[in-house]
Amino acid sequence: MSVKPRIKLDKKEAKKGDIVEVKALVSHVMESGQRKDSAGNTIPRKILNRFICTVNGKEVFSADFEPAIAANPYIQFKFRAEESGPVVLTWIDDDGSRIVGQETIKVT
Amino acid sequence: MITIFNRRQALAAAAGTVGALLFGVSSRQALAKNDAEEVIKKFTGGKTPTPGRVKLDLPEIAENGNTVPMTVAVESPMTPQSHVTDVLVVADGNPRSGVVTFHFSPASGVAEANTRIRLAATQNVIAVAKMNDGSFFTASKLVKVTIGGCGG
Repeated sequence: MSVKPRIKLDKKEAKKGDIVEVKALVSHVMESGQRKDSAGNTIPRKILNRFICTVNGKEVFSADFEPAIAANPYIQFKFRAEESGPVVLTWIDDDGSRIVGQETIKVT
Repeated sequence: MITIFNRRQALAAAAGTVGALLFGVSSRQALAKNDAEEVIKKFTGGKTPTPGRVKLDLPEIAENGNTVPMTVAVESPMTPQSHVTDVLVVADGNPRSGVVTFHFSPASGVAEANTRIRLAATQNVIAVAKMNDGSFFTASKLVKVTIGGCGG
């Protein structure tokens, strides 16, 4: 499954200590496991249950998602710019597969 | 037989209506309770969180419970000495109370996050923030939901 997340940083270049805002959107059904199909069978749960953001290899923010997160999950958060490097966003599916997206921050 | 049955039904319906009128609010709240309280207790280790410092931003009325924007912000300097470590969000009227847990660190800079959540019905959304010194703060907000968001 090649899902490409949409990631946006409010600035590509930042001064050391600046707060950078990250907005990310990824396509996913986030099937809650509560719904039933037309035959009355429960549709099995399939969600992205974990989200992690690292900057230059260091974790700055993460989240555990429950089925109460809406389909095509949107996440917005901030981090403090310390050093230049890749901003890597990873979502982990119930089935163990991962969706990964990357941006770069330049710290001056 | 038929008349008795009908009368019973009518009586039951009448009693139900009176009951609903008398206890409507309280019984609905009782029904709406899921394991939210236990989940919060588990998160705080039995401590009662103090109201304040947490800002929970949700619409008063959500027309579509399938996607409700939610922002949680916690007042904190976010320094290694004093910062927010985790924020638990639960909804007390969903089939399952858990919504999301955010994990912050001093590198987060600001303890603030936004996502979109599902709400099955009108209910309270509760956020509990855990500080690195072991204290807990909380905020809650009642959201009126017009169309539920958990499917049939």
